[in-house]
Amino acid sequence: MSAQATVDLPLSARQPASLGLHRVIRLANWWPALRRLLLAWPFPMAIFVLWSLASHYQWVAPQVLPTPETVLTTFGDLLRNGDLRSNGVISFYRVIAGFGIGAGIGLALGVGMGLSPTFKDYVYPLFKAFAQVPSLGWLPLLMMLVGIDEALKIILVAKAALVPVALNTFKGIETVPTRYIDVAKVYGFSKWQLLAKVVFPSAFPMIWNGVRYGLTHSWLALVAVELLASSEGLGFLIVYGRQLYQMDVVMAAVVVVGAVGYVLDKVLALIEARLLRWRREAF
Amino acid sequence: MTASTINTNLASVNESNRKSPLRYLHPATIPKPLRGWVIPALLLILWWATYRFGWTQSQLFVPISKVWETAVRLSSTGELWQSLAASLARDLVGFVIGSLIGLLVGGALGLSRLLEDLIGPTFHTLKQISLFAWIPLISLWFGLGDAAKVAFLALAAFFPVVLNSFEGIRSVPREYIEVARVFAYSRTQLLTRVVLPAALPSIFTGVYLALIYAWLATLGAEYLLTSGLGIGNLLTDGREHFWMDYVILGVIVVGIVGFLLNWIASRVEARLLRWRGRSVAQF
Repeated sequence: MSAQATVDLPLSARQPASLGLHRVIRLANWWPALRRLLLAWPFPMAIFVLWSLASHYQWVAPQVLPTPETVLTTFGDLLRNGDLRSNGVISFYRVIAGFGIGAGIGLALGVGMGLSPTFKDYVYPLFKAFAQVPSLGWLPLLMMLVGIDEALKIILVAKAALVPVALNTFKGIETVPTRYIDVAKVYGFSKWQLLAKVVFPSAFPMIWNGVRYGLTHSWLALVAVELLASSEGLGFLIVYGRQLYQMDVVMAAVVVVGAVGYVLDKVLALIEARLLRWRREAF
Repeated sequence: MTASTINTNLASVNESNRKSPLRYLHPATIPKPLRGWVIPALLLILWWATYRFGWTQSQLFVPISKVWETAVRLSSTGELWQSLAASLARDLVGFVIGSLIGLLVGGALGLSRLLEDLIGPTFHTLKQISLFAWIPLISLWFGLGDAAKVAFLALAAFFPVVLNSFEGIRSVPREYIEVARVFAYSRTQLLTRVVLPAALPSIFTGVYLALIYAWLATLGAEYLLTSGLGIGNLLTDGREHFWMDYVILGVIVVGIVGFLLNWIASRVEARLLRWRGRSVAQF
């Protein structure tokens, strides 16, 4: 596994010994990337071919497995008539609103528990008990209390984001190394300086991890609620297709669900990379 | 610890409040072990008082005693235990199948770069699809019965196990492998004595996550594939008939099960990884 024969010659490449060798090494340097690119395709292609064959020769009923062309056509149709976009926008709005609320409360709770042991003593046990019940466990209770309107989705999505954000913020602040605080004291930092210049920068990576988890969980929870109780949104589109036995609609919507989840996580990863640039600059 | 440092700063502020007769009500005067019980106790008192003094006429409001009566009734008729057993059995079977397949796939991806290049990209793409979006597809392919539920649970457990066992194997330090080479370990020895123990903590993280996801998925599967017994069905029944006592009981049971699963997993993990704590002391 580790004995990967990586071409470890870039140093000699800088010597103008021979132009031919130089070229070969340059090629060897980007060969792994090319190899990865080439090897990524056979497996999905094989599945695709198998899928095409299975649906064309009707090894399984077309209601269960539509042909790839049907799915593509449906995808195009849904894109053109705006179904995909309008439902996607609704889901997107819900996840952002719920996540914003949940992450905000989670951050406040986490900071409170991290900074004040007294607050932690009072709140943490109840918070842990609350976190033991998965988001979906609260769903029936919430449905009875607030109905199946917009509020239900926002609250559930907020809950899904709250728990990981609060937990990671708390742990992140709690595990700030004591040495950092000592140094700050030597410099005579005020309380605000301590928080802004030492505690939060040090806890940030962990907090951000919680934020990313929170967003992933939010998206997961939202799709689940939309599958269960909604008349619009991507989850609803999936249920709708399922009820009409239109697997092409289901598959198209599933693809979009995956894409939105991917984009949401990628955006947070990019923000993280940008915010943490200072870490590399320090050395 | 940040918290204690910041608290010493706060202590000086509190000094001035010492003379106040209200000082006995200050949150810091209640003994530490009792603090976690304060908020839950207040909430319970509020619940009880709401019933006692008739502050609400809402149909949704049920007194604590009613929840308790329902719990006693359902457990004496065995309905609660049957639902619980059905859910747990499903959870366990799906979890075991998913984890085992996940271990195999994760191990294979970790040990072979060729397989990683072939299957990895497809896996990472599929991983993006929100878990519950699979349910409509699974229900068409496997029906609405236990087979579909177990397949869905296995899928929920599969992803975290693959990811973490792959990461675990890939992050085995190169030095370990070199030492094993010096000792002329065979391939099996290398795997069982070096790679597996070094990757075990990460693999365990994956299994742990799988356990949590599988429980979440159990609820989701029971809501969405409504057939047969289960805690999810109990909750759905309660909601449909507006039996708040059923729903509250269900939420509590779901929380307790989640807590117990967590606790068992952390125990097993601590036990299996005990050797790590001692290994330093032996030298």
